[in-house]
Amino acid sequence: MSGPSTGWEIVVGLEVHCELQTKTKLFCACPNAFGDEPNTNVCPVCLGLPGSLPVLNEQAVELAMRIGAALHCEVRSSSFHRKNYFYPDMPKDYQISQYDQPINVGGYLELPDGSRVGIVRAHIEEDTGKTSHRGESGRIHSADYALVDYNRSGVPLVEIVTEPDIRSAAQARAFVAELRGVLVAAEASDARMEEGSLRIDANVSVRAEGTEQLGTRCEIKNLNSLRSLGLAIEHEAARQVAVIDAGGRVVQETRHWDEQGGRTVPLRSKEEAFDYRYFPEPDLVPLDPDADWKARAAAGVGMLPAERRARLAALVGSPTSQQTDQLQAAVDQGLDDLVVAAVEAGAPAGLALVRAVNELAVDLVAARALDPGSFAALLQLEESGALSPTQAKTVLATLRDAGGGDPGAIARSKGFEALAEATLEGVVRDVVDAHPDEWARYLAGDDKLAGFFTGQVMKATSGKANGKAVAGALRRLRG
Amino acid sequence: MSEQSATLGREDVAHVASLARLALTDEELDRFTVQLARVIDHARDVAALDVAEVEPTSHPVPMRNVLRPDVVGECLGRHEVLAAAPECEDGRFKVPRVIGEAP
Ligand SMILES: [Zn+2]
Repeated sequence: MSGPSTGWEIVVGLEVHCELQTKTKLFCACPNAFGDEPNTNVCPVCLGLPGSLPVLNEQAVELAMRIGAALHCEVRSSSFHRKNYFYPDMPKDYQISQYDQPINVGGYLELPDGSRVGIVRAHIEEDTGKTSHRGESGRIHSADYALVDYNRSGVPLVEIVTEPDIRSAAQARAFVAELRGVLVAAEASDARMEEGSLRIDANVSVRAEGTEQLGTRCEIKNLNSLRSLGLAIEHEAARQVAVIDAGGRVVQETRHWDEQGGRTVPLRSKEEAFDYRYFPEPDLVPLDPDADWKARAAAGVGMLPAERRARLAALVGSPTSQQTDQLQAAVDQGLDDLVVAAVEAGAPAGLALVRAVNELAVDLVAARALDPGSFAALLQLEESGALSPTQAKTVLATLRDAGGGDPGAIARSKGFEALAEATLEGVVRDVVDAHPDEWARYLAGDDKLAGFFTGQVMKATSGKANGKAVAGALRRLRG
Repeated sequence: MSEQSATLGREDVAHVASLARLALTDEELDRFTVQLARVIDHARDVAALDVAEVEPTSHPVPMRNVLRPDVVGECLGRHEVLAAAPECEDGRFKVPRVIGEAP
């Protein structure tokens, strides 16, 4: 399924919660850590015990401002509110969040295809504890009871809310992928969807193509991967179109993505709409960062993915569309620094990019640790024709596993001596003599036969010959 | 606060009570409706003051940026934490079955 039927347009806005990479929680000194024993990183503040008081974590504010700067937001003075609701994962019975005065407002994120998604706001709030539903099926509705771990309670979050600017499932995925790169570059969050440090809700509606009025939206929760995000948007849009086509009306509601069933299902309808009764948090004073602090936070944003792509594109020259994909992959996989360093050490940029994305990406951890000098030396051997592409790939695998080394020595140890020019000439001559008809056609101007002869020479030399050297020998024989 | 706020109805009080998970009897609803209406009326008196010359503030205390460094401190022991729970299992708080997802 690729979206709703023709004539309809999908409109999506996202709410992204990302956990900040601080050492401690937002309002207390408990460790902000994933995967520890349940209820070991808790104190009176994050358990909501009476008489405890929150004190704001300076580093959480700094990281929130970094995110704002990276998303081109206006960073302003802000305040905290209490959002009141009853749920066992929130022991205070309210969540401290930012309401009408968020720290970051009005930015945008530009995607690799050049489209821009507006950012409404990116505010600070605290995370909730983690509830596991227990019972025979393990599902929410049929659970017998629930168990709660408050280690996550009070972990600092930034909630990023986009404008409804997204027009397809693919664009939504591209947005989240790009945002993840931005958060990692800013060292604000590790942004791991699989560990829940990046969580997404999607507001989805449909409208007839060419119309302006937004349709009624549904909010989809439980999107734990880019894949679920894309599938859920497509299925939900198709469901809404079917409802409208059947003469019905879309009802505004919260729906849950059922991964196994491949559909969205309504959450049990609420007796009344949520009324959070926000009011100012009396225990926290306003937050008003001065210009110096804002500038320091902005300076902490590392090189963003867009800048990294531009840097590689400049090295390559004018990238082909295939190279554009390759340089995006290199940035996504964190291999761009290696490519840049290898080029600085004398490697040809296009070849460095291809070998990084195709050969090195099979083991990213090892690839990122590879010595760029060794990588560059290997690429030079391949470029000069001293090693064939097949040989170069084999040597590169050894270099990657060892973290570096002398590619020439590795090649010799594998018996990858390039054929001496004289030997190669002899082989080419033998091949030509064995195929007089083809040679005659080649002499008559059928250049396609160069490929045939190269293939025959490769076969005769078990792949040790270099393609360029063979082409040179053929040209010389033709005279 | 607008002019109509004086007419706080019984339904408003019932609504607020249900949001706060308070089960009020009919007699309590009547009593609290009168009391709450008085509180709202007082807010209306305040709203009637001329504050054109007063700088708006979001907080009564003239302080900003009260922050702490991001340094790990002491946590409670899990034993102590769970001792306060009516029921626990697997190092976690055991709670009645939950209807719906967190808002
Ligand atoms: Zn704590």
